[in-house]
Amino acid sequence: MKITNLEDLQKVKDAGLASLYPPKPKILVGMATCGLAAGAQQVYDLLRRKAEADAWDGVVEKTGCIGFCYKEPLVDLIWPASPRLTYELMTPKAVESFWEEMNSIRYPEKRLLGRIDVDEMLLDGGPRRLYRRKQLKGFLASVPLYEELDFFKMQRRLAMRNCGFIDPDNLEHYIARGGYAALYQALTAMTPEEVIEQIIASGLRGRGGGGFPTGVKWQSCRKAKGWPKYVLCNADEGDPGAYMDRSLIEGDPHSILEGMLIGGYAIGASEGYIYVRAEYPLAVKTLQNAIFAAREAGFLGENLFGTGFNFDLKINLGGGAFVCGESTALMASIEGHPGEPKAKYVHTVEKGLWGRPSNLNNVETWANVPVIIGKGADWYKSIGTPGSTGTKIFSLVGQVKNVGLVEVPMGVTIKDMVMAIGGGVPGDREFKAVQTGGPSGGCIPKEKWDLPIDFDSLWEAGSIMGSGGMIVMDQSTCMVDVAKYFLDFLMDESCGKCTPCRLGLKRMHAMLEEFSRGQGTLEDLDELTSLAQAVQDASLCALGGSAPNPVLTTLRYFREEYEAHILKKQCPAKVCRDLITFTVNPELCSGCTLCARECPAGAIAGAKKEAHRINPALCIKCGACAEACKFGAIEIC
Amino acid sequence: MVHLTINDREVSGQDGWTILEVAREHGIDIPTLCQHGAVEPSGACRLCMVEVDDGRRRRMVASCLYPIRAGLKVWTESDRIQNVRRWILQMLVDEHPGSERLQVLAQTYGVKASRFKSSRYEDVCILCGLCVRACEEVAGVGCLSFGNRGVHKEVTTSYHLPSPECIGCGTCLYVCPTGAMEQFFNRVRAVA
Amino acid sequence: MSVSFGRMETILERYPPSPEHLVSALQEVQAEFNFIPPEALTAVCNHLGVPVARGWAVATFYKSFSLEPKGEHDVCVCMGTACHVKGATNVYDKLRRDLEIPGSEGTTGDLKFSLNKVRCLGCCSMGPVARVDDEIHGNLNQRKAGQLVKDYRKR
Repeated sequence: MKITNLEDLQKVKDAGLASLYPPKPKILVGMATCGLAAGAQQVYDLLRRKAEADAWDGVVEKTGCIGFCYKEPLVDLIWPASPRLTYELMTPKAVESFWEEMNSIRYPEKRLLGRIDVDEMLLDGGPRRLYRRKQLKGFLASVPLYEELDFFKMQRRLAMRNCGFIDPDNLEHYIARGGYAALYQALTAMTPEEVIEQIIASGLRGRGGGGFPTGVKWQSCRKAKGWPKYVLCNADEGDPGAYMDRSLIEGDPHSILEGMLIGGYAIGASEGYIYVRAEYPLAVKTLQNAIFAAREAGFLGENLFGTGFNFDLKINLGGGAFVCGESTALMASIEGHPGEPKAKYVHTVEKGLWGRPSNLNNVETWANVPVIIGKGADWYKSIGTPGSTGTKIFSLVGQVKNVGLVEVPMGVTIKDMVMAIGGGVPGDREFKAVQTGGPSGGCIPKEKWDLPIDFDSLWEAGSIMGSGGMIVMDQSTCMVDVAKYFLDFLMDESCGKCTPCRLGLKRMHAMLEEFSRGQGTLEDLDELTSLAQAVQDASLCALGGSAPNPVLTTLRYFREEYEAHILKKQCPAKVCRDLITFTVNPELCSGCTLCARECPAGAIAGAKKEAHRINPALCIKCGACAEACKFGAIEIC
Repeated sequence: MVHLTINDREVSGQDGWTILEVAREHGIDIPTLCQHGAVEPSGACRLCMVEVDDGRRRRMVASCLYPIRAGLKVWTESDRIQNVRRWILQMLVDEHPGSERLQVLAQTYGVKASRFKSSRYEDVCILCGLCVRACEEVAGVGCLSFGNRGVHKEVTTSYHLPSPECIGCGTCLYVCPTGAMEQFFNRVRAVA
Repeated sequence: MSVSFGRMETILERYPPSPEHLVSALQEVQAEFNFIPPEALTAVCNHLGVPVARGWAVATFYKSFSLEPKGEHDVCVCMGTACHVKGATNVYDKLRRDLEIPGSEGTTGDLKFSLNKVRCLGCCSMGPVARVDDEIHGNLNQRKAGQLVKDYRKR
């Protein structure tokens, strides 16, 4: 049905609420890409089969990613008028006993992760209590609340407000939780200038990496001369280790559509593009479904809400190029060119796509817009820090116990992120550094882990916020290797147009290659620094311009590691292959011959039940022996 | 007329001119490799980088592309600029040791080959793109383009096959700064 | 592999003749034929109104496209930062050895497997990760990687 006024919206909202919290039991399965990768499809199919076989009167639905990625597959059970219970690591085998217990004792007790008593319903005017009785008794009361779990304690979900709560393909669910009400308000009760004022007042800064004040960008685009104008969404998410944009699209696509609609109204654009990287097929599909549903409902097309405002969106696919996350390269790609950036002496808000005024924002930035219009700028800027208002989604990955997506107010310290939320480094190793901002960012060491995470603090430390990747590293990570890794990545992704990037990254990489082999001199470290300065100064775009950051921060904070490589020919983290030797500890070796059989180079010799030996001349340092040995007898020194 | 300063010297130019055009008009030398009066500037070689202060901040920009504005302050010589020029020439000379033009240019900045020098003396194409732009804009044909990306980037015809669209005007040969096109041309034009 | 007119028509009729569809159209061609045959590139360019030289530039610029036929099974190993610090390089090298790929990336002689590095499949909690066709395989080590190759050979 076409939704043309507030009454229609309310009707759909009521229907949506009845579907979100029906008077019958409901099971949710997390089916975003990480859930699917962990096997959620089999779990979902099995649950559906069981429901059908038993003629179960409840519903089994899919939902997006709630952020607890290391506990996927996640299954939620919501009995009517009961708290929501989340079950972790649900394999098909676990589902069998789950189903039995659900039918016999109502609340299965194994693999319980947490419970939700109150659904915040951020944009719908008020929290919703999931059960009627005044107090929970018995078993249920013993299940920890989400707010009591370390991973969730400090989180504040604004952009991810609906992820894990709705079926992303169900428009009614989105509307039930306040969706499209902000759009209605903007179109019918605010002028475009008032919308822009709110965004400026909120202090929202770009969540894709640049951190540019969003409202100011919208204002420049509105003022620019030219027609037609375009609003664009950057869903190219190329930073390795960052996948929050994908989660947002797969979990709550309408939040982005609504944001872009409000932006289009504010700027005076009636056309928009969402540029999605091709490596996200599920996200593309989810967006296509959402756009289709929005058109059917009258949220895209002509005369929205009878106000005369027209707007429609197209999806444009990427081709596999990190550089297309850069605004001019992204626009070149939409135009059907290779993704080569251009000089930005005239901003894209004035001359962008096909030379017309174009406003490009990141997925997460768009997802925040309905929250700002719905709750107001003052409410929004009360969260976070004065210079960096609101929240940010971070992908907390690497050598950390609790791996997943977290959305926290700006200003949480790195230490809290790693230790309180992340649960610290697994095993008996210690935290060494956290890499932020992807290949354009830098590594921040333990001495600085009291830094608040916001745009300006990270910048001063030599890194950037970037898209929110937080990669935790421990002593098993070699910082010279990390710098080399990022240069390798950027060399691969460089468009090759300008000399400092095309040849400069190659030269920096070659120098780091020498260090990792124990070659080079201390003077080379100075040469590397001056080369890094030249690359920063002269590169055409931010790919080259920020490429030296990993090198410069690792030099700044971990110089002794570089010196160990160069002067002592040692790799303290035992990573750089030319500087390590694999040996067998004769006291631990049982002579089982497993390593010798696994060795691809035939470098291990030894008779059965006798201590084996590795021939260093043949050893290719692949580590297959260390992986295979059940006695821990392979040592790396 | 737009009034600005270059190296603290008062100069002026027409609205829409670039810093490079104004500099050359006033006899101020800025080295370039990928620039030619007959085609649009591309800002690829980055040899023409200068420092500017536009009233809000000081930064480095490509003078072949940056449009002048009133009150702009430009510097064409500074430590930062020298560092950039030195490194660009160093890397070009190491990557393309066979190019005489580059050797001469490098010498004026005191740059010599380093231990990272390539062994491929025959490869003198510096990917300036002048031939690509000339074929498109001057000849109106556009049979040359850049293939691949990054260090594998190359100037070529589609599928590396001689192009039936090439009209043999020779503009690409004329604009090539290192003579790379001379070696390559027999693979561009399909001879009947 | 013949590029039949019919197969190309099915792809092209979905796209209005405008250059903005170049990358999307080529994605479909790549999915359909497992590479971008020259005739297909010309057909796409003619249909969309793009000069072939630009079509060539686009087809060689973006990693999604390959001008040589890819293997039946596309093995993409994630070399993202999180997977890298968990040892993705060793897993990649094991696959390279087992599949006998001479260069850093490539296709096996019998066209059964293509091995490539990709940056970030976004499954960082399960690193090291590889995607083979549409299936994600996580928590890999060298032994599991070797087993993976054996399993796919049998299919």
